[in-house]
Amino acid sequence: MPQIFHRSANTIARVSIFGALFFVAALLYLAYQIDRSPWVTQVNVAREQPIQFSHERHVAGNGIDCRYCHTTVETAAFAGIPPTKTCMNCHSQIFSNAPFLEPVRESFRTDRSIAWSRVHDLPDFAYFDHSIHVAKGVGCATCHGPVDKMPLMRKQNSLQMEWCLDCHRHPERYVRPREEVFNMNYVAPGNQLELGRKLVAENRIRKMTDCNACHR
Amino acid sequence: MKPGDAPEFWRTLAEKNGANLDELVGDEFASRLPDSFDAVERRAFLKLMGASLALAGMAGCTRQPPEQIVPYVRQPESIIPGQPLFYSTAMTLGGRATGILVESHEGRPTKIEGNPSHPASLGATDVFAQAALLDLYDPDRMQTLTYRGDILPWSAFLGAMRTVTTTEQAESGAGLRILTETVCSPTLGAQIEEILARFPSAVWHQWDPATGVNSAAGLRMAAGNDVSAHYNVESAAVIVSFDADFLACGAGHLRYGRQFARRRRPEGAGCRLYAAEAMPTTTGAKADHRLPLKPSQIEMLARALAADLGVAGVNRGAALPADAQAWLTAVRNDLNAHRGASIVIAGEGQPAVVHALAHALNATLGNAGRTVLYTDPVETHPVDQVRSLRELADAMAAGDVDTLLILGGNPVYTAPADLRFAEQMAKVRVRAHLSLHANETSAISHWQIPEAHFLEAWSDARAFDGTVSIVQPLIAPLYGGRSAHEVLAALSDRPERTGYQIVREFWQEQRGATPTGARGAIAATGASGATGATGATGATGATEFEAFWRKTVHDGVMANTALPTRAITPAGPIAAFSTAPPAPDGGIEIAFRNDPTIYDGRFNNNGWLQELPKPITHLTWDNAVLVSPATMERLGGAARPDFTGGERGQIHGSVVAITYRGRSVRGAMFPVAGHPDDVATLHLGYGRARTGHVGADRGFNAGALRTSDALTFGTGAQIATTGDTFPLACVQYHHLMEGRDIIRAIPRAELASLKKEEKALPSMWPVLTDEQEKVADYKWGMSIDLNACNGCNACVVSCQAENNIPVVGKVEVMRGREMHWLRVDSYHQGEVANPKTYFQPVPCMHCETAPCEPVCPVGATTHSSEGLNDMVYNRCVGTRYCSNNCPYKVRRFNFLQYQDWDTPSLKLGRNPDVSVRSRGVMEKCTYCVQRISAGRIQSEREGRKIQDGEVTTACQSVCPAEAIVFGNLNDPSSRVSMLQAEQRDYALLRELNTRPRTTYLAAITEFNPDLSDK
Amino acid sequence: MMTPDPVTRTPKEAHTPIAGAAGAGVPVIAPGHNFATVTDKISAIVLTRRTSLGWWFGFAIAFALANVLLVSIGYLVAVGVGVWGINQPVAWGFAIVNFVWWIGIGHAGTLISAILLLFKQTWRTSINRFAEAMTLFAVACAGLFPILHLGRPWLAYWLFPYSNTMNVWPQFRSPLVWDVFAVSTYATVSLLFWFVGLIPDLATLRDRSESRAGRVIYGALAMGWRGSAHHWHRYETAYLLLAGLATPLVVSVHTIVSFDFAISVIPGWHATVFPPYFVAGAIYSGFAMVLTLAIPIRRVYGLQDFITDRHLNNMAKILLVTGLIVAYGYMIEAFMAWYSANTYEVYMMRNRMTGPYGPLYWALLFCNVLTPQFLWSNKIRTNALLLFIISLIVNVGMWLERFVIVVTSLHRDFLPSSWGRYEPTMWDWGTYMGTIGLFLALLFLFLRFLPMISIFEMRTLVPDAKPDQGGAR
Repeated sequence: MPQIFHRSANTIARVSIFGALFFVAALLYLAYQIDRSPWVTQVNVAREQPIQFSHERHVAGNGIDCRYCHTTVETAAFAGIPPTKTCMNCHSQIFSNAPFLEPVRESFRTDRSIAWSRVHDLPDFAYFDHSIHVAKGVGCATCHGPVDKMPLMRKQNSLQMEWCLDCHRHPERYVRPREEVFNMNYVAPGNQLELGRKLVAENRIRKMTDCNACHR
Repeated sequence: MKPGDAPEFWRTLAEKNGANLDELVGDEFASRLPDSFDAVERRAFLKLMGASLALAGMAGCTRQPPEQIVPYVRQPESIIPGQPLFYSTAMTLGGRATGILVESHEGRPTKIEGNPSHPASLGATDVFAQAALLDLYDPDRMQTLTYRGDILPWSAFLGAMRTVTTTEQAESGAGLRILTETVCSPTLGAQIEEILARFPSAVWHQWDPATGVNSAAGLRMAAGNDVSAHYNVESAAVIVSFDADFLACGAGHLRYGRQFARRRRPEGAGCRLYAAEAMPTTTGAKADHRLPLKPSQIEMLARALAADLGVAGVNRGAALPADAQAWLTAVRNDLNAHRGASIVIAGEGQPAVVHALAHALNATLGNAGRTVLYTDPVETHPVDQVRSLRELADAMAAGDVDTLLILGGNPVYTAPADLRFAEQMAKVRVRAHLSLHANETSAISHWQIPEAHFLEAWSDARAFDGTVSIVQPLIAPLYGGRSAHEVLAALSDRPERTGYQIVREFWQEQRGATPTGARGAIAATGASGATGATGATGATGATEFEAFWRKTVHDGVMANTALPTRAITPAGPIAAFSTAPPAPDGGIEIAFRNDPTIYDGRFNNNGWLQELPKPITHLTWDNAVLVSPATMERLGGAARPDFTGGERGQIHGSVVAITYRGRSVRGAMFPVAGHPDDVATLHLGYGRARTGHVGADRGFNAGALRTSDALTFGTGAQIATTGDTFPLACVQYHHLMEGRDIIRAIPRAELASLKKEEKALPSMWPVLTDEQEKVADYKWGMSIDLNACNGCNACVVSCQAENNIPVVGKVEVMRGREMHWLRVDSYHQGEVANPKTYFQPVPCMHCETAPCEPVCPVGATTHSSEGLNDMVYNRCVGTRYCSNNCPYKVRRFNFLQYQDWDTPSLKLGRNPDVSVRSRGVMEKCTYCVQRISAGRIQSEREGRKIQDGEVTTACQSVCPAEAIVFGNLNDPSSRVSMLQAEQRDYALLRELNTRPRTTYLAAITEFNPDLSDK
Repeated sequence: MMTPDPVTRTPKEAHTPIAGAAGAGVPVIAPGHNFATVTDKISAIVLTRRTSLGWWFGFAIAFALANVLLVSIGYLVAVGVGVWGINQPVAWGFAIVNFVWWIGIGHAGTLISAILLLFKQTWRTSINRFAEAMTLFAVACAGLFPILHLGRPWLAYWLFPYSNTMNVWPQFRSPLVWDVFAVSTYATVSLLFWFVGLIPDLATLRDRSESRAGRVIYGALAMGWRGSAHHWHRYETAYLLLAGLATPLVVSVHTIVSFDFAISVIPGWHATVFPPYFVAGAIYSGFAMVLTLAIPIRRVYGLQDFITDRHLNNMAKILLVTGLIVAYGYMIEAFMAWYSANTYEVYMMRNRMTGPYGPLYWALLFCNVLTPQFLWSNKIRTNALLLFIISLIVNVGMWLERFVIVVTSLHRDFLPSSWGRYEPTMWDWGTYMGTIGLFLALLFLFLRFLPMISIFEMRTLVPDAKPDQGGAR
């Protein structure tokens, strides 16, 4: 009775043994990459907004300070999204009948809020507080990136736990002098580590790596 | 399988009225902040702020669904999203006010704390105040105004009332009757008086099972007219209680509890408590010498004591049992030794004469004016409520009542059975009932008017000592409810006035700030909220009043409105003293008591209170026929632990039939150590015919046996076992310490000689020294004083409210799966007939060397640098190994989906600072880490350390007895450090060397050497 | 049926003191067999014999039970672990009991194959194949429970160390993590060991199979085995290496499982005797299960020639020995409780004996301590029926042991206020019975499609294989 499998088939047998190992390894690597890909993290993905609001125009162009709109960033967990009223402070005067601002005016007229789609969104079991980060000298740009160069708002960082931990473990690498927090053009000095260590000491910055720092 | 009752119910209910509720919730914000919220915005805003649970428990790698941010159009000044605001208001029970502070997140009340500046609170609250929050958000509340079942607008009711007024005007209101609960609200009182003035023949009845009918009658007997009494426990060295649970219920009990605990602290002057009572109470448990007696025998005791101490003309009546005699002698001597510094207090369970005797005793002992204070009545219109209710019943029977207006309460259910109230009420032509829930009374009322919860309405009320508080709303009525003020206004000449106008105007008149002519002007401006300047009367009086008003509303108390104390002088010898008391027959007595958790049934639909273990019995979700173990045996009944749950969980009690004065009910029998023999205590408030989904089919209606001549106890009942058994949900059935060192108690005398115990035992493993632990800024710890704790359970409910702890329902409790992070254990010492009971609150101990930490495979429970034993819900996979390895068994597991994710109103009430846990994760006490974080962030922003007392845990802040103290152990001057440094400080299960951060202070006993039995 | 043929007797055996049919001297394979008969007899079961009605019947029942498991798991995942009877304080119930029980059963296979191989115990040959299969299936059943008992089973992968975006790792101090490694390693090695052992037989089946499908499938699995000297050489080495690798695992796995309890503070768990006592218990239950299966199988398939009374006898002896070790374990537990004079320990022991679960404790002593004492008797050791009954009782006993350890220790620990009880629900039973179904179903399939006895190893036992000796040893 003839053999079904030719001797050459043995090679397949041998290869399959090792192949299996490599295949598994490849799968794991793929998962690792997908986890960190923009598809998951939404990094650099600009969201569709009801109004094509440009931070570039308002920050770089008109030199408006972050805190003019994000009023509670120094006092509360939530930085604050400006009420329509804030927009109208200016836009009742300038571009007061520009068509692309109609949604703003409409909101103001009808008392219906503008529904912005959220760009920076943490899971609900992570409790983040803007005020303390600002108070300890974490610059807006450190997490949000060069907002003044973003015509459309997008995430600069993944906001994944490993990203948070990086700074919580090594604050000296990122902190800046308190007065520079809202400065969009701030560039870290060459001796950042040195400066960082100094600031960590001065501002009593703790390495908040306890679970309860973020999760309750 | 049904995952417990309550969640099941609420889920289905949400489906039923979810949408409808949504829009109602909508106008809540619309009306509260007229120009800032609308429905769309609100929903999105909930998404933003409320816990959106779809993500809970998923790994960081999960893609999140896109969310929206919906800002205000015009942001109100006071509100910063995420920052809570606190408003002062007051809650009334039996008319008496207790001042509270309510935490509000973006207009949603989320937590109730006590108001430190209110005399009845002193910063503490009871379980009812804590649970009031859940009542507010209860989806079972009456939601629409109906007339004979048809949904009608408010205007329709006003119209109907107009016709009533016109018709009644003719016969000067002869057919008009108003039935209220006890009224201590000056405004409401004035309103009713006004109506009575308008309809001279109309009658105002009061019936409120929550007020002391007997104590009022007793005072009337003692003083000859209506007065109110309160006590100054602060300066009482000896207290004798005749069936009085003054530490746990009745107006001012929070204050008494605190004063009592302070006196009994080591540095305090001490206070020996004697309690003669039937059903064991928390007060009895705190007593140094408790004497179990039948309710009827207590009168003999009181009479004997009065006679011995020289109260004139007292007929001793029947002789006392031997042990009672010994007790009596000791008490007499002790009282003699402390004239002027003692209190004799009688409980609501006792008839008027016992109260009168107590007051006579206080007078004789010279306590009156020192420890016992009398004032003019706190009620605006004190009446004998039983008589008042009987008169109403008779009038209705006679067909004299055309219109009956019932403001709150549930007389059909609570009225004594012999009045046959429902039957008589049916004869009334127009029946209107204002109520929070659709209950038995609304069932037979034509007009069913949804009542505004006290957190939704303006009002005012006096505290036990007369102090006035303004009740201000935290939120606009969720279901368009109306307050009693607004309903009564319908009978006035200006029916459209809002509660705010009514209350404010009343006080304006009181302050003489407004000539009555200017009302219209106020009506115009008043609507715009607290800013209503009394425009028309531009007088300085107005601005003054504005200042006064704002201050009063802000403080929660109206300055110096406490009633002045006065002396009472009985008109002459009190007849009742000299007449011979009824000789107690041998038969079984039954005693009726308001339920410790759901009271007279008004909290029947409140899941938090239903699931709250009742002190002493530790029963939940049901009432039972409470008897002494001996009596149970004699009656041939039994109560055995079932295999599902067992000692913790399910107890099968034999069902007995109680026949009393021709009426009969069936209930499950449950043994209570220390309960006198041949007495059955029945708790009211259960067996409801009409209530919400939570309270439906729970327990039996003891009220069906109650008659108006024997409200609180009666003799001659027959109890027969039926052979059936009924499963009771009992969270602690085993009260013996099994010779283990769990509770420590030392006589006050031995305090000095006590040696401090080392916290840590020698260990094979390297353990951090205290110095090493000091590296972190804070070392959080807690001290629980077993001497102070009186087992009131307020901490348990407070914890539940603060930490979004779900209600699991009776079925799950019977499986031993209740979720309370903090439990109050109780242990008995001594013989079953009359044991000494100790309470022990047990939260997570936050051990230095926590057994739960090393066994978690995913590191979901870890040790923080500040010594907290963190529990990370979103990391937990649910092996439950930590719980197995916890010697204190303080961890709680979400065996099923207990949290209600669907009911919108319940979402509103949650604390946004605490994750809402889903199925399959472990949870436990966190020392209220969200409060610590808030404190830390606040202080760090200000570049300072957290001050002692700046961060308080939820259990600590509500405790009337200050038994729980939390703070920083690194700071030797912090209160907790000093308490843990006390000699009597000890660690629970120290021998395991878990080195708990939560330690206990041993109880201190003040036994009377003459009574050597203990 | 087997009157030993004097011809095949060596003089040495003539003097062996142990008399009787099943003495150690009796050959481990009945006389009159040669290469061909052995091969035929075994492979026929798989290839030529038509599937008996009994097989279908048994398989149907087993398969039905396996479906019960499916339903139970579906409901469990849909609703939550709350469908089981677990509660506070008894947060572990049937799931862990069954886990430990199955893992224990899963020990015999590797022990027989690996350790007895290293000890050159030729009698193992005829039972190792299905003992290994049994091991695999038992471990498969055991492996289900640690995952199913999780509150959130879909996150079970968090127990594996992998680089995740959360930057957190498993907590290596936890015995549960050790379990993950111990059990998965054990499963892998057992599988390899079993498969490698199969290869030559798969080749045989490939060559003898009539159907094309059979030839293809067996062929693929045989991985080109041609039985050349070269192959045999490699094969022997690999097999020996694997055996060496598997041997320590036999001890390690249950040692680590025992740590789940020994590490904790709970009285009744926190005991140093646990590792040896658990390992012994595992082997005990393992051999009990082998007997429970071997006796009916050899009867049904008429394999008395291959699985001789001597096999039963030897296994019974091991049963007796391990049984005694386990008994010692119980004794020490009680002794330590008394000797420690620790309130909690003493109470725990008293509660075990007289508490609500007392009857189970006494039942367990009857099953695991009393029953095996019958095995002192040679007659009983060689009486298939009695052995079968005893092995069944021991299986039950070992399950009870785990129940007593898990439940009675938890239900009354330190604070009387949190004492409770545990009662299994229908879903507890469903899951348990379900795994038994799964186990049997797999076993039936194995019997039907693979040679349950190692053909080539049996060949080495027939006299022809030992021309130098007079017969087989």
